[in-house]
Amino acid sequence: MAVITRVIPCLDVAAGRVVKGVNFVNLRDAGDPVELAAKYYEQGADEITFLDVTATVDDRATTYDVVRATAEQVFIPLTVGGGVRSSDDVARLLAVGADKVGVNSAAIQRPELVGEIADRFGAQVLVLSLDIKRSAAAPSGFVVTTHGGRRETELDALAWAAEVIERGAGELLVNSIDADGTKQGFDLELVRLMRELSRVPVIASGGAGSVRDFAPAVEAGADAVLAASVFHNGELTVGDVKRELMASGIEVR
Amino acid sequence: MSAASVVVLDYGSGNVHSAVKALERAGAEVELTSDRRRALEADGLLVPGVGAFDAVMTALNRAGGGDIIDARLAGGRPVLGICVGMQVLFSRGVERGTETEGLGEWPGTIVELDAPVLPHMGWNTVETDPGSVLFDGIEDERFYFVHSYAATAWELDVMPPFPSPSLTWATHGTRFLAAVENGPLSATQFHPEKSGEPGIRLLRNWIDSL
Repeated sequence: MAVITRVIPCLDVAAGRVVKGVNFVNLRDAGDPVELAAKYYEQGADEITFLDVTATVDDRATTYDVVRATAEQVFIPLTVGGGVRSSDDVARLLAVGADKVGVNSAAIQRPELVGEIADRFGAQVLVLSLDIKRSAAAPSGFVVTTHGGRRETELDALAWAAEVIERGAGELLVNSIDADGTKQGFDLELVRLMRELSRVPVIASGGAGSVRDFAPAVEAGADAVLAASVFHNGELTVGDVKRELMASGIEVR
Repeated sequence: MSAASVVVLDYGSGNVHSAVKALERAGAEVELTSDRRRALEADGLLVPGVGAFDAVMTALNRAGGGDIIDARLAGGRPVLGICVGMQVLFSRGVERGTETEGLGEWPGTIVELDAPVLPHMGWNTVETDPGSVLFDGIEDERFYFVHSYAATAWELDVMPPFPSPSLTWATHGTRFLAAVENGPLSATQFHPEKSGEPGIRLLRNWIDSL
């Protein structure tokens, strides 16, 4: 008896619509976020993640409406990331129906934010989102990036992950920028390294292209697997992924 | 017969929007308020709770939540605690070395689970009690947990003529109480409002018992 592998569809939301793109560029419209979330709920998704990729404050308010409308009909946990800069931003998201909040670049700019959010709402509310790229310059071979992978920071990915866990992150969303959008499978080495280092749950993200890509990520140590475009394109359903995981001897709901 | 009325106690705890919507889906007439009279009058009171034990206790005390719960229980009026809203019903919580006094409706201490991966986050099975009302028809389902702390023992001896409590357990590293049904006072460590259709069914079972 144990907690099972979670399958998490991720919806990148801009101005109230789901968008998709490769390596975070060339964004295209992929549908209504509330409808898509409800569809994934019906398919047996274990959680839903919204990533707010809008740039303006007006669009941010639209995202709150999306979260509120989704929470009224989708009774599984909702994580919302993107644009979270303060613990008050977290409070606003929780108030409209988010259960967890993803934090990325704001924590890089001001690491104290991680502790502030964890102290106020508990570690379980905070998903630290990491956009990671392979880099020979970083001691671990992996560097933390910002701006959807377009800018490299000075932070070594493993050292940064260890620091945010220490500061109070409740979960790591490990997104491989190299693998993202390629449909060549998850970066398994990255997942393995994060699992060895982390005592909090690890979500593997970036690179899912076929049903066969998910089980290796779980075997590498992922507690949850996240994908976006394969679900939005209708190439795969959540049920397809779960059936394949089950066939590989991995327990799902 | 009109729908059962439920108040979700509004004392500044996390995501209460989902609890309200899930209760409505389960058939209740729901109000989100901290108003003492409304909270006492409702057929059922739901006490949500996320975050740190001490933060929840502070917010709950500020809203007079302990008194409201006591007054309801004294009159045999149903109360359902969820997640940290369950934990604070015990005597005390110990988080990161800090001990905080709870509401003390039940004896016992909330402690950290001994597990390789914490928080315990995700869908887990439960070992239900055959006498359970809440789990009727959903004994074999999974429910959504997100927590690092829990009650790992039941320490209250209930003597006849009082009916013995129904205890439901789950395991994540450590075996812990996933739910308690003790007369008018019930609680779940997991989030029924986040546990899909089985969670809605559990809430409906509770509402039907009001």
